[in-house]
Amino acid sequence: MAIGGAGVALAVIPLLHLPAFYESFLYLVFHWIVLATSWNILSGYSGYFSFGHGAFYGTGIYTTAVLAGKFDMPFLWTLPVAGIMAAVLGVTLGAIVFRVRSVRGELFALLTLAVTFVLATIVLNTPIDGGPGVYLSGVAVPALAPTPSGTFYVLALVLAVATLMIARSIAQARLGLGLFAIHDDEDAAEVMGVPTYRYKLVAFGVSCGLAGIAGGIHALFIAYVTAGSVFNITVPLTVVLMSVLGGTRHWAGPALGATAITLLLYASTAAEQAVAGKAVTGAILVAAVLFMPDGILGLRWKRRKAAAVPATTVHVDAHIATPPPVSARTTSPRADAPLLSLHGLRKSFSGVRALDGVDFDVHDGEILGVLGPNGSGKSTLINVVSGHYRADAGSIRFAGADIARWRAHAIARAGIARTYQIPRPFAHLTVRDNVTLAAMFGAAALDRSRADAAAARWLHFTGLAHRGHVLPGELNLHQTKFLELARALAAQPRLLLLDEVLSGLTPAEIDGAVELIRRIRDRGTTIVLVEHVMRVVTELSDRIVVLDQGRVLAQGSAADVMARDDVAIAYLGVVHA
Amino acid sequence: MTFPSATLLAQSALSGVFIGSLYGLLGLGLGLTWGLLHIINLAHFAFAFLAAYLCYQLASVGGMDPLLTLAIIVPLFAALGVAVQWLLARFSVSPLNSLLATFGLAAIIEAGIQGVWTADFRKLESVYAGQKFRVGELFVPVPELLTLLLALALSFGIWAAMRYTNIGRALRALAEDAPVAAAFGVNARAHALVLAGVCGALAGIAGVCLALGFTLTPSQIYAWVGVVFAAVMLGGLGSALGPLAAGILIGVSEAVTMAFASPSWAPIVSFTLLIALLLLRPERS
Repeated sequence: MAIGGAGVALAVIPLLHLPAFYESFLYLVFHWIVLATSWNILSGYSGYFSFGHGAFYGTGIYTTAVLAGKFDMPFLWTLPVAGIMAAVLGVTLGAIVFRVRSVRGELFALLTLAVTFVLATIVLNTPIDGGPGVYLSGVAVPALAPTPSGTFYVLALVLAVATLMIARSIAQARLGLGLFAIHDDEDAAEVMGVPTYRYKLVAFGVSCGLAGIAGGIHALFIAYVTAGSVFNITVPLTVVLMSVLGGTRHWAGPALGATAITLLLYASTAAEQAVAGKAVTGAILVAAVLFMPDGILGLRWKRRKAAAVPATTVHVDAHIATPPPVSARTTSPRADAPLLSLHGLRKSFSGVRALDGVDFDVHDGEILGVLGPNGSGKSTLINVVSGHYRADAGSIRFAGADIARWRAHAIARAGIARTYQIPRPFAHLTVRDNVTLAAMFGAAALDRSRADAAAARWLHFTGLAHRGHVLPGELNLHQTKFLELARALAAQPRLLLLDEVLSGLTPAEIDGAVELIRRIRDRGTTIVLVEHVMRVVTELSDRIVVLDQGRVLAQGSAADVMARDDVAIAYLGVVHA
Repeated sequence: MTFPSATLLAQSALSGVFIGSLYGLLGLGLGLTWGLLHIINLAHFAFAFLAAYLCYQLASVGGMDPLLTLAIIVPLFAALGVAVQWLLARFSVSPLNSLLATFGLAAIIEAGIQGVWTADFRKLESVYAGQKFRVGELFVPVPELLTLLLALALSFGIWAAMRYTNIGRALRALAEDAPVAAAFGVNARAHALVLAGVCGALAGIAGVCLALGFTLTPSQIYAWVGVVFAAVMLGGLGSALGPLAAGILIGVSEAVTMAFASPSWAPIVSFTLLIALLLLRPERS
């Protein structure tokens, strides 16, 4: 509640009757804090850098300008409308853009920049503006403080306090963790149960709404609005700069950057220095991107984490750790209704049939090994069942429901978890947060504190307890693979899809992993094991399915399947009888 | 709405071809660094404007022939391109960060231009400015024709260089798979610097064309961003001929729109096209 306390303390300033210059200057500081912090809620947290913040800010400006300036609506009433208009625009845009997988990163930035200019052209050519601009000189400034500048100060202060509180609570809530995961690896986040589309929309809506209200206030502050002064690149350039400078992964980073840059830009208000200010802004942006892409708070955070890391790494083998006391579902193997049932599953990639009509069942409580030569469709199978790809045809029945058309996060929530052949940890979340996220968003659906406790247990279970506080980049391959496993387990799935978790491990590490997989099954989890290490598959699996060229070549017990000639041909090419 | 006459439409389409060739010329350098070096250089536009102002200065104050200024501008901007690439490569920036850093660089250059030449409109009055000739019913202005010819020559020249020279082949290999190309002995850094130099020179040439045909003001730098990005994305990243073809297509559709509606609606064509392209591009999974 430090933000609230600071807000109350600052609220007395208008009562001090300082010269208006100070109130106006502090108004600008709060104004930019709102714009930068609101931008950061989508762009900093989730990595969707918007260059279109000016469009949403401008929507707010023009909403207030038109309603108050042309329709004589009381100024304070226009502010919520300004926020809603901007939020609606953002959500509408997001509803279209976030459906397109390829529009990420730099392309999203370009697209939002283009939206700004489209909006500017519309505003300029319609009665909204019409060309000459909109005057608000006749609009009454509400008397919230002894002076008009005091009123603007109070309005901006209230909005800044609210914005910072929202930004902080989002950063600490499920939404924030989900957005951070989207930033690092959106596809993996979705597969682990983060409803990425909805989260991005919510963040975009909140971000645009706050910018819209800030715009509404600013419309009356500047009292004369033109399309050219509103829809330009100054706003996006400045908020990106402020946030990058302060640190985009911390809720307070943009506010810090905003304060610093506003001091720099407006400390002297002489006109010829505005040009120099622009050059300095540009130079700081270049320097910040090159020298400290994580920002001021990013640097500090990194240093603190580094200090906390113990120099020595204790190697704890997986099989020494005790199984965590998790309420394992009472699942008894039932022969009648399979847990997972695939029928006529097809998936092609530009003509190549990766899956060409796959049918098989997975029964509750079993370990099913999936074998097949390279390119036989094993990984595609896991990608389709987990929802990473959508099947072209066929059905996937899981625990009674056809999940073939479901989004990946819904499949995860229903009880399917997977590991990636090439591990995909969230690079900017600690090892422990990686696992916590899986426990929160997967089938386990725990709240944050219980998920964190569960994460500690799963890290212990996989022998990573001593690595919980580091970033995944500091782990070795064996540990990274076990982190994949810990994440999948923390979701508490009914069905676990393991995609070559053992490849690249040493024989000793493989023995530990085999032991671990067996213990996972003993806890009642059904496992589909895609693996190249033949010894492991035959040792662990109750049944084996062999894929070849996207079809099921054989299935049955290990001994039966491996004795078949066609299986040997698929693997070795010829039979040496 | 009144329907414009056939002559007016043809004249509009012709001017669309001319302005489209400038879109293509600006897009050529932008698309090459984006497609081959994975650097999205927003400062490319600022370079072009800086070159335009230099050309204006040398020609109207120094009395040089505008085309002769190329002798100064081309090497100067090639060097600038190399310098920027050296800096970006030294910090191995991601495509998004290259966009941010060059956004900052563009702002610095814009401020610099404003500081030296002010925000007033500047127009180069050269021997070429008023020259035009008639082909049937249509007027062909000489400066715009020069732009078209330069754009054609440079696009085809670079296309040939990418195809038939070792440097071009190496660059394409690097864009395809840098580690493998490096394993075959291609010096990635040196080739990147060469390409960035060429693209810097292209920005300089585009700037001279700008100065020949357009009134200059610093804030106009960003007016070109949408339409040129649209041309680059439509033409294909890293393609030599694509941006020119796409630029002419966009230029003509803009010009025809303007023949029917008010010129102030023109930006909506290119920016809407860019948005549509971004959204409707086939997805690569």
